[in-house]
Amino acid sequence: MPTMILPRLALAALFAVPLAGGAALASEAMRFKSVSVELPQSDRTFPGGHEAEAINNNCLACHSAGMVLTQPKRSRTEWSATVNKMIHIYKAPIDDTDVPAIVDYLASMRPQP
Amino acid sequence: MNHRALSRRAVLAGLGFGSLGAAAPAWAAGSVKLPLPGGPDARDLTTAFPGKGSMILQRTRPPLLETPFEVFDQGVFTPNDRFYVRWHWASIPTEVDAPSFRLKIHGHVEKELSLSLDDIVRLPQFEIAAVNQCSGNSRGLFEPRVSGAQWANGAMGNALWTGVRLKDVLDRAGVKAGAVQVRFNGLDEPVVADAPDFKKSLDLDHARDGEVMIAYAMNGEQLPLLNGFPLRLVVPGWYSTYWVKMLSDIEVLDHADEQFWTKTAYRIPATPGANVRPGETGYATVPINRMVPRSLLTNVMADASVRTGAPLNLRGIAFGGDCGVRTVEVSPDGGQSWLAAALGKDEGTYSFRRFEASLPALVAGRHELKVRCTNTKGVAQPLEPTWNPNGFMRSVAETTPVVAS
Repeated sequence: MPTMILPRLALAALFAVPLAGGAALASEAMRFKSVSVELPQSDRTFPGGHEAEAINNNCLACHSAGMVLTQPKRSRTEWSATVNKMIHIYKAPIDDTDVPAIVDYLASMRPQP
Repeated sequence: MNHRALSRRAVLAGLGFGSLGAAAPAWAAGSVKLPLPGGPDARDLTTAFPGKGSMILQRTRPPLLETPFEVFDQGVFTPNDRFYVRWHWASIPTEVDAPSFRLKIHGHVEKELSLSLDDIVRLPQFEIAAVNQCSGNSRGLFEPRVSGAQWANGAMGNALWTGVRLKDVLDRAGVKAGAVQVRFNGLDEPVVADAPDFKKSLDLDHARDGEVMIAYAMNGEQLPLLNGFPLRLVVPGWYSTYWVKMLSDIEVLDHADEQFWTKTAYRIPATPGANVRPGETGYATVPINRMVPRSLLTNVMADASVRTGAPLNLRGIAFGGDCGVRTVEVSPDGGQSWLAAALGKDEGTYSFRRFEASLPALVAGRHELKVRCTNTKGVAQPLEPTWNPNGFMRSVAETTPVVAS
């Protein structure tokens, strides 16, 4: 990442830019530039083969896996409450029959980066 | 600056600098270790997000990007391309056409409005420096640990916000007698159709206090899309959950907002500092609201080696929460004795404030440095950590262990 290797002075100089811009705004009207971007998508799946099938099939439509895999260790009861919240509050279309497998996976998951 | 960064990234991607090992996504750019007790503490750094430099990847979709902590040592304003990112739902528009964008104001008003960006720019301009901090900033430091985004201290940033007072916009629409709250909605949507759209409400008096504003610029530039282009609500002194991004709809309500994100989500114990014992139940809760004071050393990290025989220079950033910074003190001995720090330039009530202090030389061995902010209302950071099950409102005077030799 190029920014990381800039010397400290150069960072300080970059940093001064926003303030100068802010001062200029007061005297001239803001002009907006339309924005079109691409957001990175994650192709990461929950590891574990067959045991991860239910979580991979049901959970990745709404969110990627990374934040789940970096949660601290939690009990089956706690994970069950989270899965229920996803279904009942956030309306995740999860098959009832897949719920036990998802909770099992989460409760036995070894947190990993 | 951002555009150059983007094209530079495109070039790097085209040259195939992508793959950095099996576990990392193709666009990972190094990794960091966060001070999360018990782990897992490793996170990838990423430069793949539009308008963003190197950020800590907490989640790809919807994005959760944490500001690397060293950025806070570089100044009191957080550069736009390092400003943290947090979205609730993954349906985020990736194209926003500036000329056709409209902000709608409707509900319990005399006259509905549909304002273009140029209409908004013609209103009286208002500027304020203010810290934007996630309710769950530093959640990953809670002990016992709690679930949610495992942020270290980088789910916050300070910017100079430019735009218009919300009051001026509401006055143009003419708030009718009997109005109670004002509800804010942005262009983002749930992936699942019947899931609750992310909306937040403020009481009418708060919405009209002359400080709550609609920002069209941060640090002098239009907002990065991931920070809410083209418009973002700014609620100085309040947690970021209220700072609705891609603000497109303002609805004046003649009743209290009953929808999920205002009434049910983001609640805290109605106790001082939102503090309860782990496992405690039966306490009353209220919607999260005003921020509390914090201070962080930015030039000495945990477990750093420092020299004996020479003063130890400390610096960092503090903020008062919902008011200014009165004092910042540092302690060389775990809080037994305190030394006043010198405060840097005052950029405004709600801004980060720089502090600096010089500790007398430490003797060889392990020491616990502490830093504590007292705000202008007289509220001091507690010396013991507060705790609640959502991991909101971390406020403890932070401890930095160092080894002098």
